[in-house]
Parts: sequence; structure tokens; C-alpha cells
Amino acid sequence: MKYKAIVIGTSAGGVEALKIVLKDIEPTIELPIIIVIHIKERTDGFSKIYEGLNRLTIKEAEDKEDIKNGVIYFAPSNYHLSIEDDYTFSLSVEEKVNYSRPSIDILFESAAEVYTDNLLGIILTGANSDGALGLEKIKKLGGECIVQDPKEAYFDIMPRSALKYISTCKLMSLNSINRYIKKLGGNNCE
Amino acid sequence: MNEKELLEIENIELQLLIEAIYLKYGYDFKNYTKSHLKRRILRRVKLDNLKTITQLTEKMLYDREVLKQILLDLSINVTEMFRFPKFFKDLREDVIPLLKTYPSINIWHAGCSTGEEVISMAILLKEEGLLNRVNIYATDINKKVLDIAKEGIYSIEDVKKWTKNYQEAGGKKSFSDYYVAKYDHAIFDQDLLKNVTFLEHNLVIDKSFIDANLVICRNVLIYFNKELQNQVLELFEESLIPGGMIGIGSKENLKFTSVNEKFESITATTKIYKKKIGC
Ligand SMILES: C[S@@+](CC[C@H](N)C(=O)[O-])C[C@H]1O[C@@H](n2cnc3c(N)ncnc32)[C@H](O)[C@@H]1O
Repeated sequence: MKYKAIVIGTSAGGVEALKIVLKDIEPTIELPIIIVIHIKERTDGFSKIYEGLNRLTIKEAEDKEDIKNGVIYFAPSNYHLSIEDDYTFSLSVEEKVNYSRPSIDILFESAAEVYTDNLLGIILTGANSDGALGLEKIKKLGGECIVQDPKEAYFDIMPRSALKYISTCKLMSLNSINRYIKKLGGNNCE
Repeated sequence: MNEKELLEIENIELQLLIEAIYLKYGYDFKNYTKSHLKRRILRRVKLDNLKTITQLTEKMLYDREVLKQILLDLSINVTEMFRFPKFFKDLREDVIPLLKTYPSINIWHAGCSTGEEVISMAILLKEEGLLNRVNIYATDINKKVLDIAKEGIYSIEDVKKWTKNYQEAGGKKSFSDYYVAKYDHAIFDQDLLKNVTFLEHNLVIDKSFIDANLVICRNVLIYFNKELQNQVLELFEESLIPGGMIGIGSKENLKFTSVNEKFESITATTKIYKKKIGC
């Protein structure tokens, strides 16, 4: 399968988990990585937290911005992030979904519609069930799913909820997810 | 039928609904952000226990009450007092001194929702001694939120957050000086609203109606696609006097739009721009 985008959703424990998942990915990875993480509003931004982790550009997704390959985008705190048919982002301040804004479901569902079977969705550690419906939609539209092995996850509620909704997916440790993504960079095939 | 075909059909149904709203009632949502429209409409379909968007279209065509519900669904009215306090701090420090040089001042709040942003602005202007020289025009497409805005009465549950925002925005007094608490409501000083005119105005079809020194339009543009953003920003540009200023939402941008060249940024971190002289 040839992926055109990766979406990642995580919550409690996610800041550290992403440090493993995103480590040393090469800019040769010809796709965008788009991430929703539930954390409290912060001013220093995500690029600061992940500085030096890899050589990709890391930035906050902006409204109406073109989505570029080789860039890691984070949903801004307090805004829902979705993807439009013309491969741009849009933001929204509507009510929280699953007690969360940004919501993983909103990103995943809109990404699934745009990228259909060229999408990889990944759910990591978290203490709520956001993302489960989104992952189901990715799967339905032919995309691929990875869920962090709940036995390894810092908080297993999010991975376990996701697993309830989908029949098949790859169950992986953070290190193997990282290897899997890195491999896509070397040779964008499975 | 496979999922991709179903998706394709759902998208057709969405387009038909939007077209039907326009043909029957004249509300034009064609250039609103698609993901937003779709999410809101599918939510309504689910809440009303319908199976398809087409069923909603049918109900809407025969029943104006259903249309009203859809209009409410599509309009996101989330707002708060001194939302994004840094914006108001920058207004105070960088915009007010420029406004002070004009004998009379017009401010346009476009998409003011339930009016918290307008009250915040009025408080700021009062503290800066400008309130009496200012006409504020506060507009929204949604009559219901304007009715709330006119009253200036809000549920008090978020007062802690407002007070914190007010302080972070550089407020000079105590936030409680501006309202009276009664039961679970905060009733704001009517004096703050005396120079405010509330108007129904649809940014998509209605024209410019003032020469503005300052336009505030925050968290409205994100619901429009690129084309409509350009159209609405051109409307603002046309309404602004040379040297006039515009403030947009912290996550909104001029840089991807057609008016980018006509404005220069005047603050470092908030989105406040000045129309270049000669434009
Ligand atoms: C999220 S609120 C923003 C409130 C406030 N400006 C703030 O930032 O806190 C968006 C508002 O835009 C209004 N709106 C949406 N489409 C509009 C249009 N075409 N013309 C005028 N107002 C519109 C909605 O009714 C809603 O009240």
C-alpha cells in the first residue's frame, strides 16, 4: 500500500510516546504526519518539545494552509483540525467532541474521506476513547491502522477503545511503530 | 455498495442540501468549509434519527423550522469575554494610541455572536477614555445571538475565566466593576452598550456599510473556504479607511489570501494588521 498521509492521535502519556514514535524519521518520507494530542494549552508550541528529534519540519497546522510532504503538523490547542478535499487544513472552535478539542475523531474522519485507502491511522496511549470512531472510518474507507499494544501503553483506555471498533489492525510497540514509519521513508511501500 | 461509493453519494447529498437551502431560502453556504458543513449536517441527521442527508433535505424544504435548526447547527457561536487576552492587550498597547488620533471612530465587529467580544472592547475603550468617541457596529448573520448580545446579560458560571482573561488583557480595574451579579447571571453595565448598534449582516451577500477605523472579525473566517475568505477580506479592506486596522483570530491568516499585500502586521504575536496607506 502506498500511503499519502499518516494521522496520529494520542492523549495522556502521548508527549513521551511521540518522542519514540517520531525519532529519526528522515525527510525522504514523502508524506505529511498530522497529529492530535490532548494537552493543556501551551505557549511554547510543539516544535519546541520535539526539537532535534528528527530532521523534519515540525509546526502547528494553520487554517487554509496547504499540506506538504515531509512536515509534521500538530493541531493547535483548543481548535479542531480537519482536512479538506483540496489538501488544506481547516480549524474550528465548535463544541468539544469526546470532551476534547482538538478531537482525534474529527481529524481522522476528515482525513479518511480525503485520503481513503492511502491513509495510515495510528492510536497511541491515552485515557479516553477519542479516536475510536475515527479509526473505524479510516478502516472502512480502506486505510490502514496501527494501535499501540495496550499492554505496553502508559494509559491503555484509548488503544483498547479503538480495538473495540475495528476487526483487524496492526498491534505494535512504540519502537516498532517508529521502525515501521522510518521504513516508509526509505522505501514508500509496505 | 462499497464504502467509497457511499461516501461519494453522501457528498452529493450534502451538495444538494446546500443548493436546496440556497434555492428555497436564499442562505448561501456553498463556500463554507466543507468538512465543517458535513460534520454539522451529519450530526443533525443523527440527532434527528434520520438515515440520510436527503431525508433532512426533504424535511427542510417543507418545514421552515427545520431550516432554522440547520442555521443554528451551522453557526458556531462559541465565544467568551476577553477571549485570547493577548489580543486585547495588543489592542490596548498598539491600536488604541492610533485610534486616539481620530476625532470620531468607527469599529465594526463582524460575526460578534452573543456579544462578549463587544463588551470586552467597550470596557477597554472606557478605560482608555475613548468610549464616548466611538461608534461600534456589531453584526452577525444570526438574529438569535444578536438578541442575546443586545441584552448584555450572561450566565455567571464562567466569570472566573473572564476575570482571569480581563487581568491578562491588562485590565485596569476590577472586572466585577462592570457587572451586577443577580442569581446566576451577570448583568453588564448598559452604559457599555450605549454606542453600540447591533445589525443583522451576512458577510457572504451584504455590502460594506461604514468607513471603519477598525474591523474585528475573529473565528469567523475559519468557517469559509479560500475563495470566500478572499471575498470577505476584500469587503473589509473596502470598508477600512487608509491606515485602518483589522484584527482576526489568533489561528487565522492573511498570508494565504488575496489581500495579503495590502496590509502590514503591527503586532508580533497577535493577528492585527494595518491597511497600507495608498491602498
Ligand atoms: C465562533 S463565533 C465568533 C465570535 C467572536 N468573534 C469570537 O471570536 O469570540 C462565529 C460567528 O460568526 C457568525 N457567522 C457565520 N457566518 C456568518 C456570515 N456569513 N455573516 C456574518 N456572520 C457569520 C456566526 O453566526 C457566529 O456567531
